[in-house]
Amino acid sequence: MSHHIVEVKELAHAYPDGTEALKGVSFRIGHGEAVALVGANGAGKSTLLMHLNGYLPTERGEVRIGDTTVTRETVALARRAVGMVFQDPDDQLFMPTVAEDVAFGPLNAGLPGDQVERRVAAALERVGMSHVRGRPPYRLSAGEKRAVAIATVLAMEPDILVMDEPSANLDPRARRRLINLLLSFEHTRIIATHDLEMVVEVCPRVIVLDGGRVVADGPTFELLDDEALMLAHGLERPHILRHSHPH
Amino acid sequence: MGVADWIDLGQMDELGRMDTPVHRIDARAKASVTLAFIVVVMSFPRYEVSALVPFLFYPVALVSLGRIPCRHIARKILVAAPFALAVGAFNPFFDRQPHGALGVPGGWLSFASILLRFLLTVWAALALVACTGMNRLGAGLGRLGVPRVFVVQLLFLYRYLFVVSDEGGKMLRSVEMRSEKGRPLRLRAYGPLLGTLLLRSMDRAERVYRAMAARGFEGEIRELERPSFHFEDTLFVVGWLTFFIAARVWNLADGLGLLLTRILA
Amino acid sequence: MHMADALISPAVGGTMWAVSGGLIAVCARKVKQTMRDNLVPMMGVLGAFIFAAQMINFSIPGTGSSGHLGGGLLLTVLLGPYAAFLVIASVLTVQAFFFADGGLLALGCNIFNLGFFPAFVAYPLVYRMVAGGRGGAFRNWAAALGAAVAGLLLGALGVVLETLASGISELPFVTFAAMMLPIHLAIGLVEGLATAVVVSFVTRARPEALYAVQEAGMRRGLWPVLAGLAAAAALLGGAGSWFASTHPDGLEWSIAKVTGKEELSGSDAGVRGELAKIQGKTAVLPDYGFKPGEAEAGEPEAEAESWPAVSAGTSLSGIVGGLMTLVLACLAGVVLKGGFAGRTEEGRSGA
Repeated sequence: MSHHIVEVKELAHAYPDGTEALKGVSFRIGHGEAVALVGANGAGKSTLLMHLNGYLPTERGEVRIGDTTVTRETVALARRAVGMVFQDPDDQLFMPTVAEDVAFGPLNAGLPGDQVERRVAAALERVGMSHVRGRPPYRLSAGEKRAVAIATVLAMEPDILVMDEPSANLDPRARRRLINLLLSFEHTRIIATHDLEMVVEVCPRVIVLDGGRVVADGPTFELLDDEALMLAHGLERPHILRHSHPH
Repeated sequence: MGVADWIDLGQMDELGRMDTPVHRIDARAKASVTLAFIVVVMSFPRYEVSALVPFLFYPVALVSLGRIPCRHIARKILVAAPFALAVGAFNPFFDRQPHGALGVPGGWLSFASILLRFLLTVWAALALVACTGMNRLGAGLGRLGVPRVFVVQLLFLYRYLFVVSDEGGKMLRSVEMRSEKGRPLRLRAYGPLLGTLLLRSMDRAERVYRAMAARGFEGEIRELERPSFHFEDTLFVVGWLTFFIAARVWNLADGLGLLLTRILA
Repeated sequence: MHMADALISPAVGGTMWAVSGGLIAVCARKVKQTMRDNLVPMMGVLGAFIFAAQMINFSIPGTGSSGHLGGGLLLTVLLGPYAAFLVIASVLTVQAFFFADGGLLALGCNIFNLGFFPAFVAYPLVYRMVAGGRGGAFRNWAAALGAAVAGLLLGALGVVLETLASGISELPFVTFAAMMLPIHLAIGLVEGLATAVVVSFVTRARPEALYAVQEAGMRRGLWPVLAGLAAAAALLGGAGSWFASTHPDGLEWSIAKVTGKEELSGSDAGVRGELAKIQGKTAVLPDYGFKPGEAEAGEPEAEAESWPAVSAGTSLSGIVGGLMTLVLACLAGVVLKGGFAGRTEEGRSGA
């Protein structure tokens, strides 16, 4: 059995004000896959992500992490398996120092002190941020914040990494570092983003959401190169593909 | 609160994160010694001036060993000074009776005393923060018995101070760009501006909670490490308390003066 | 209205520390019991919001002056009394730490005056009474104004009582109160106005964000008390309006007139002036009948208002010794810092 598989079946969700954010979404993501979730604003990406670790309870349909269906009872399990990296690192880094922030998850998991320390060191090492461990998060650059936010999740040793707009607000160099980091992971990765150029480099597979439905699901080069499809759903064919496919 | 205060806050934060022998002293030790200092200083009778002077050694030592730029602290004390001046300035009018053989009016003596007290208490408090930093101070307070919920509240507030004020500053600038310069906001614009900032802050809090929940938060924030009280910390506490008691019981400055005048005579 | 250390005797400061500390402990327990985990980040971020809100000024209609939100009542409306008290206490603590705004010794007093009254008195007894469950716009405005005024008047009363209890003031209670209350009536109105506009905005934009909405159906029986309070406030306001007009605490222009500075937006100038007068007549501590040092020999002791006669010799030695100690302290500073060069370097890097 593996926790690395994410399966969503006919997932639907309506907010209390009546907005139907998801209208029956289905897909299956296998072990170690890197999948991009793309779609215009309001397509339902964030709502979908919030279901993956049970922050929003499943109302209709099903979310499975590995062999476990996410319910009120299995939320803790899902949260251990699914590491969420949020869009604004300032929301994710709330503790006084970087080290304390990275330790937050492992401490909640009830790990003993020396093990927590080991995880903190390893996670910071993994993202190349060992040198900022004593600093307060608000004193970091955008790129450093992003890397540390990823470390806070890695420290929980999840099987699946879910990221919301990881490349937002990054300068080109920090973005390049992020891409290399993402490429180096063996986790199952689900990345919601508008940065289609990054998608081309990082994710072999793309799921296109529009109006709360999956409108396309397939190989990145195929889908993103489909100008009509892209335009129809508020997206744009990435520049990088135009150069690799001269007409 | 003005914009300058925010810059100040950032500077204090930077100072508090330095690494000097004073910064390394346990926050519990510094906090309790500073409080003891203020209580002792405020316990002197009203005309006391000379006996208060030796107490300057405490803030001076903190600030110097902590490598806190004098200019920074001095500016902060000056900002707070109008209060001390106002408090004291009335004394010479109300209290003209000559005091002591030198015939200094009592009001002037108590004025000097109030100014000195003000300088001492404000300086010591600022030095404490500048030499400790909010994060260490908060953790220290927790270990001194302040309820955990309150300590977490202090640290969270401090963490998001910079974030929310940034957001508020941006919103304010965008409003100011479209209005007459230098004029405070009309109430009609103020409500929506502040209300929007409030709702954004509440949204942020919700997102922070989401991030906490995603990492297994269940109502209690656990601590990573509990630094132990070292020999230097004990020495710091015992040393300064001894000095404070000595300076409270004996007028050290007077003693020195007596010695000097006798030698000169 | 922040009291400073220079006004407080250690006994009063310590007592109020204990009182506020106890309240914090009670509130911390209550907040924990609510099991609303999301209160933790909410309280923290709202505390930060209050800081940011205090740097945004608005013009007070019809006066040409400006003011800003204090935040105590607004926090209580949003979070309920227990959580709000903790947030107010944390805001005051950070202010005391970083801006020498109020002192460490006076922190207990300040937390009590600015936290207890709005959260545990003005909110339940005035705000909820007037606003009712889901009151109309007018009731909400009246509730905010009434509660803010009540909270600040009670807080001012707290300042008066704590100052008197410090054994310092020679002013009779009534005189002192008559000076303080009108000023705080004005501050309260400004606070109420700011609270009302923000609350009414949130009510329109996102009503579910308001705590008070959750509890509908209020008892009404305190109207007579309220009416009495309003009458008293009006009376005091009338009697002291001359005063408020010359020392409208919390209003920027008054400070601008006095200091020629436009920037100062603290709400303390008038109070400070008033407290200064009282302070002028008084000592910081009642005499202990205890005079340290050599001067003690043969002193008449334990006479609260007698001045210890000091001989010429000790006075001179006091001056000489004091100056010498001062020089020593400065020298110590320079030496400890590792020389003058080090200091200027630090100064530059910190600027």
